[in-house]
Amino acid sequence: MGKATRFTLHVKIAFVILLILFLLPIYTDLTDNGFYLDLVNRLMILAIAAASLNLILGYGGMISFGHAAYLGIGAYCVGIPAYYGVDNGPLQIFLAVAASGIFALITGAICLRTKGVYFIMITMAFTQMVFFGIVSVEEYGGDDGLVIDNRSNFGSFINIEDNINLYYFILISLIVCLFLIHKITRSRFGMVIEGSRSNEQRMRSIGFDTYRYRLICYVIAGCICGYAGALLGNFTNFISPEMMDWAASGELIFMVILGGTGSLLGPVFGAAAFVILEEWLSSLTLYWHFIFGALLIMVVLFARGGISGIVTYLGNRKQ
Amino acid sequence: MLLATAGMLAIGPAVAADKVKIGFVTTITTPAGVIGKDMVDAVNLAVKDIGGKMGGLEVDLIIEDDGFKPAIGKQKTDKLVKQNNVDFVAGFIWSHVLLASQKSALDAGKFLISSNAGPSQIAGKLCHKNFFSTSWQNDQTPMAMGQLLNQKGLKSLYIMAPNYAAGKDMSAGVERVFKGKIVGKDLTKWGKGAQLDFSAELAKAKASGAEGIFVFYPGKAGGAFIKQYAQAGLQGKIPLYSVFTVDSIALPKLQKAKMNGVMGSMMTQFWAPDLDNAQNKKFVSGFKKAYGRYPSFYAAQSYDTIFLIKSAVEAVNGNLSDMNGMRAAMKKANFPSVRGKFSYGNNHFPIQNFYSREVVSDADGVWTTAVRKVVLENHQDTYAKNCKM
Amino acid sequence: MDWVLFVTQLLNGLQLGVLLFLLASGLTLIFGIMDFVNLAHGSLYMIGAYFCGTFTDITDSFLYGIILAIPATAVVGVIVEIIIIRRLYSQNHLDHVLATFGLILCFDALVHFAWGPEGMAIPLPAILDGQIEIFPDIVFPTFRLLIITTGLTLAIILYLVITRTRSGMLIRAGASNRTMIGALGIDIKTLFTLVFGAGAAMAGLAGMMISPITEASIGMGNDIIIVAFVVIIIGGIGSVKGAFIAAILVGFIDTMGRSFLDTFLKLLLTAESAETAAPALSAMLIYILMATILIFRPQGLFPPRGR
Repeated sequence: MGKATRFTLHVKIAFVILLILFLLPIYTDLTDNGFYLDLVNRLMILAIAAASLNLILGYGGMISFGHAAYLGIGAYCVGIPAYYGVDNGPLQIFLAVAASGIFALITGAICLRTKGVYFIMITMAFTQMVFFGIVSVEEYGGDDGLVIDNRSNFGSFINIEDNINLYYFILISLIVCLFLIHKITRSRFGMVIEGSRSNEQRMRSIGFDTYRYRLICYVIAGCICGYAGALLGNFTNFISPEMMDWAASGELIFMVILGGTGSLLGPVFGAAAFVILEEWLSSLTLYWHFIFGALLIMVVLFARGGISGIVTYLGNRKQ
Repeated sequence: MLLATAGMLAIGPAVAADKVKIGFVTTITTPAGVIGKDMVDAVNLAVKDIGGKMGGLEVDLIIEDDGFKPAIGKQKTDKLVKQNNVDFVAGFIWSHVLLASQKSALDAGKFLISSNAGPSQIAGKLCHKNFFSTSWQNDQTPMAMGQLLNQKGLKSLYIMAPNYAAGKDMSAGVERVFKGKIVGKDLTKWGKGAQLDFSAELAKAKASGAEGIFVFYPGKAGGAFIKQYAQAGLQGKIPLYSVFTVDSIALPKLQKAKMNGVMGSMMTQFWAPDLDNAQNKKFVSGFKKAYGRYPSFYAAQSYDTIFLIKSAVEAVNGNLSDMNGMRAAMKKANFPSVRGKFSYGNNHFPIQNFYSREVVSDADGVWTTAVRKVVLENHQDTYAKNCKM
Repeated sequence: MDWVLFVTQLLNGLQLGVLLFLLASGLTLIFGIMDFVNLAHGSLYMIGAYFCGTFTDITDSFLYGIILAIPATAVVGVIVEIIIIRRLYSQNHLDHVLATFGLILCFDALVHFAWGPEGMAIPLPAILDGQIEIFPDIVFPTFRLLIITTGLTLAIILYLVITRTRSGMLIRAGASNRTMIGALGIDIKTLFTLVFGAGAAMAGLAGMMISPITEASIGMGNDIIIVAFVVIIIGGIGSVKGAFIAAILVGFIDTMGRSFLDTFLKLLLTAESAETAAPALSAMLIYILMATILIFRPQGLFPPRGR
């Protein structure tokens, strides 16, 4: 019974959100207020990134404290070609996904040999290396970041220089990524990943090479996040190493936990709550970080399942 | 999502212009917030001094915090342009924040006025008809310093600056003019997690045997640097020459910490609290009266920003849709500036004098800086020739 | 090579190393004994610095400032432990990371509220403000020398406490087998609180020692804490000896990187790109060191026995 009701309430909410998201540009166009479009754009991009982190963190139990690296790698794969005047969209996206995948493969192969907090810290260490690596490259702005003059060019397919087109591009991307993650988690592959989180020993003894499965999962998550990074670069028209700061990785974890780990829509709720809270609280008081931090502690102490857990709880109560 | 929707419903369509809206982006949080505070105080004072009105329109000032981060600065600029629909975007302490944000403001067809940052890119290749500066191009002040060092006959110099757009410009500026040898140079980590312990660098400077050390450490890093400079025993051995480092933000702290070594140290700048003109006297005494301290150069430039905007709005009698009229008015630099009379170059950076300044104690025993002499007269930055405007 | 410069840089590296040790020793004990990941350890470093600044202001003496600030920081640590941290021990590392990330935001906002954004300079007494000629030609700032001696003295005291006293025995037992000391009938709750308080005091002391040099500022602990984590991972979680060796190692690598890497890079790159690349690459060195060590020794250099 619980499973079925959870599904319906989640689906209802998802449907309402989707409807609002599809209609939003009409509203902002009428009121001539493009700022909310920007806000939701950022939110959706972060939702993709958080969803990819959820794939390894929530389903796979791999607590990566360096996931922001892929956002940065993806964004620089748009920014660096653009710097040389290459604005071919498919090429940039391919570069972003491929570079993220390769980085995930190399670092994952090393990181996944460690466990627990060592895994947390070594993923962070690799991200710090990328961070300082990019800071040291004078040509691409170093610490100052890089302005992207032209967004990715998709020829006659879609022109994302227009903000509303970009918005729908990101929205479709979000839906496709979520669908992809949904398929992965429901597949046999996904079952092995979830299985090796709860009992790796058993999965191994029934004959699964868990290391390989986890590594592939780690690479997939990296690729999706790299794609989100490419979108982020296009959206902000500006990239800087700061996107890969350790605090940025911490924020991604926060979104996943706030939304609820291991649920498909959890990261979306989490990213939404994060972006809206940040915007709203910072307009209230100069000391908004305090409320934000206190909220974080409360979520850890009292709301273990995150927003998704609350939704499930409400769904069950109605029965 | 729901919150956002509720918020949208609350804000109606744009109202007809009966106000001139000025968005001001600066740093309020983080340790660099102390600079932002000085700027905001100056802007508020300026708005008060003009009676809250320009060209018959009420002034609506919207302050935004960039958190010392380029990405946030850009986000706030987007907000000012798209949500608040401001007429002018002004402020910007940091060159990298300005570089990240400029496209947002200029693409939206707004005027962008830098109250401090003057990166070489915007003075040259990226110059724009709607961009104006009330400060300087980054290289100019250190070029004046290079000139001063040549006049003093220094043979060798050690350079230290933070590793970001302005730090690189500052070091390029002094290197361009200084005729002696650069015996060493350190660019240190800046931004979030900026390096504040300079032990390794100071040891290198000392070992280099340079005749002088040139530094650029704005904001709180300046105070930290000068303390360590004194603690390392470099005072009296390698004289300190600085730009934008020893200012009225750093001096009260240095005085409190009894860092007497900074007395008499030399710097160059386009302005000083004792610069002799009517507008400056009004500004400095007004600022001291209102806030009980000396204004910094950041404050001076911010004060000028409001008067520059006022000259534009008044020239078109409050018709804010007349961009050409406002632009033409600003180009004339026809407003009372705290630096005295100056003109704008083709890239809309000031052509102005640069003075040497020295740290002194004022009549009340408060540490401040005093103008010594003109080092560069009516100086134009070197990037102006790259600007096709 | 210029040996005066080299020795001076060794001393600078040592100074950074002992400072890191002050932070890392508390961190590694809290981690080793309570199995608790405390990102907010850096906030106590900041709190210590601000307390010291305020008390120095009131008493007009840096010495009194430190004497008052150390217990005050410990008290803050104990209060935070009792109100929040204690409830988190039973949860997983992920929850620790998040909750203490939240604590960092709270602490930063509180300090902003209480002391303002501008940071705080701490004046030193004249006797500490000068330089000493340690060896012929090697002149070193007195205060930095004081940091080195304080850090080394504390390291020795800590070593004696851990190897020679009963509470030290409990700490060692806790670091290698947590359930065991509970089974021995020791009041774990109090032991945990005390260890946390002591860790807070040491982190606070590190903040007090650095702030006369760099000034106290908001967020000053947030970057050094990541380096302190690198230190304890390299050293082996729970090992104070490992933390000490790793801290000194990281201190040396960072300082040497900052001083000599650009000269070295100039052989490979243009002078300009060498100057920009050197500071970033020297910051990268310690992460490369950590990753390399973890590849060959997944539990760090000195994992406590039994783990």
